[in-house]
Amino acid sequence: MTARLRARDLHLAYGDTTVVEHLDLDIVDGRITAVIGPNGCGKSTLLRALGRLLRPASGQVLLDGKQIDRLPTREVAKIVGVLPQSPVAPDGLTVADLVMRGRHPHQSWFSQWSRADEDIVAEALRWTDLLDLADRPVDALSGGQRQRAWISMALAQGTDLLLLDEPTTYLDLAHQIDVLDLAARLHRERERTVVMVLHDLSLAARYADILIAIKDGRVVATGAPEEVLTPQLLAEVFGLRALVVPDPATGTPLVVPLPREAVPAD
Amino acid sequence: MSALPLPGRVVLRIGPVSGAVPVRAIVVGAVALAAALTLAVLSLGRGEFPIPPSAVLDVLGGEGTRAQRHILLQLRLPRVLCALLVGAALAMSGALTQTFARNPLASPDVLGVTGGAAAGAVAAIVLGGVSGGMVGVPVAALIGATISATLIYLLAYKRGMNGFRLVLVGLGVGEVLGGLTSWLLVRADLVDVSRATIWLTGSLAGREWNNVRPLALALVVLAPLAVAAATALRVLQFGDDTARALGLRLQTAQLAVVAVAVALAAVAVSAAGPVEFVAFLVPQVALRLCGGSRPPVIVSAILGALLVVGADLAARLVIAPRELPVGLLTAMIGAPYLLWLLLGRTRRTTA
Repeated sequence: MTARLRARDLHLAYGDTTVVEHLDLDIVDGRITAVIGPNGCGKSTLLRALGRLLRPASGQVLLDGKQIDRLPTREVAKIVGVLPQSPVAPDGLTVADLVMRGRHPHQSWFSQWSRADEDIVAEALRWTDLLDLADRPVDALSGGQRQRAWISMALAQGTDLLLLDEPTTYLDLAHQIDVLDLAARLHRERERTVVMVLHDLSLAARYADILIAIKDGRVVATGAPEEVLTPQLLAEVFGLRALVVPDPATGTPLVVPLPREAVPAD
Repeated sequence: MSALPLPGRVVLRIGPVSGAVPVRAIVVGAVALAAALTLAVLSLGRGEFPIPPSAVLDVLGGEGTRAQRHILLQLRLPRVLCALLVGAALAMSGALTQTFARNPLASPDVLGVTGGAAAGAVAAIVLGGVSGGMVGVPVAALIGATISATLIYLLAYKRGMNGFRLVLVGLGVGEVLGGLTSWLLVRADLVDVSRATIWLTGSLAGREWNNVRPLALALVVLAPLAVAAATALRVLQFGDDTARALGLRLQTAQLAVVAVAVALAAVAVSAAGPVEFVAFLVPQVALRLCGGSRPPVIVSAILGALLVVGADLAARLVIAPRELPVGLLTAMIGAPYLLWLLLGRTRRTTA
């Protein structure tokens, strides 16, 4: 299994606070990877480092074998797209404007709106079903539409790898499914490598090929959802007592949390 | 693949050069430019020796009598050109600052330019006496602005640049410089104080070609840089993470934008004093007229030139034959606008 994006002995810190230590990781090409773990375990920090938004305290993030923070920012932005958690669009920006910004790494001061830019942005809007909303201000959209617009921007950026930090936060369940279906389509139809930080374990298991479980800045388990999502792991990583049963719809692991005091049914 | 309809925008493609320009911006820019040039011609004609607009145009076209040529070209044209250039420079500086700080209430004042220039100019007037004349004051203002802007940038730099921290440090340093200026004024004699006060209000009276030349030269360099910075600005206006993810070299881009904004404001303030509210007001007016998500740089420049040349004309008409400092008029227009803007924003957030 090849991996363009890798982490080697990665240490991440904000000031003096260490968040991630001794972390080794391969993001397998052409797969959907979900990063799971309790609040504050370093998931988002890890994603920011993988996307070159955070410089490692030590260790390396490697893109195609080269240290990512030594590569030109613009070149990285043509290969790796990052969608931060709850990104904010400036007042008055329309959906079309937002998606057009995705072309930034491909533009120069004289080439601001080439024929190729136009085709790719139109296609990204159509693919995310936003053509009818193209002239709407982003701040007038519903949460689900807004997240779709940001994903459309990332699509227009045309990167082989796409890192999504909690793309389903603040969305109701139906819109969570919309966003995750979109990510799955990106992977299936566009052959993108997708990495998502997700909180809902059953949805993570349903949509991801590979799960990476993180606790206190270390990788505890990595592998197929069936291998990772065990009651033992849930107890160890989340301190959660839960049943894991096959999802009636997809057969993937479904996590059924148990109350703290209750006795398991078995 | 079919084309993407972009209503209200003209797509330009000439060879490798391409862009999508909003129609409203073109219309607003053209109308404002025509208005600014008309006011400039009217302003040239006003004075103790009135010259009709047709004669003004004759002189500008290389004709006219010797007396007309002397009055217009040597006495009045430098002042009007100063007004146009100062307005354009301040407005562009404001457009860059507001986008950089992601705050419509920001102006180059928070970058320390005005406070530093004021302290420098007042020091030259008070301490330099007669020798700190019209040549020395702009230079001292420029030096003061550069020192204080650099100081603010260094103080605000902490493992990278943060727009919010920059604004707070800028306000703090501005207070210190304001204190220094007041202290200089308290110690000064009466003649110097009145000269300093006129400078501090912002005035275009008595501007000569010696004031226009450095200003024009600076704008020839800085205006294209400000326009080129727009490419970075439209990504910079997002959060830091999004800007980086889109391939912007954040630190370099921020430093470049701040440097251009500071330089534009510094040359303008050193030429005319702190003409109030232009840098703050004009970009927001341009934004409302043109639509979009950030103040347009070129239209701001044209509207800034229009506002200052108009205010300077009005400043000479209101209590003619005496005149008001131009900064007083821009402040009288700007302050109510600021209140209106603040009230409007509060209403929207509480609604």
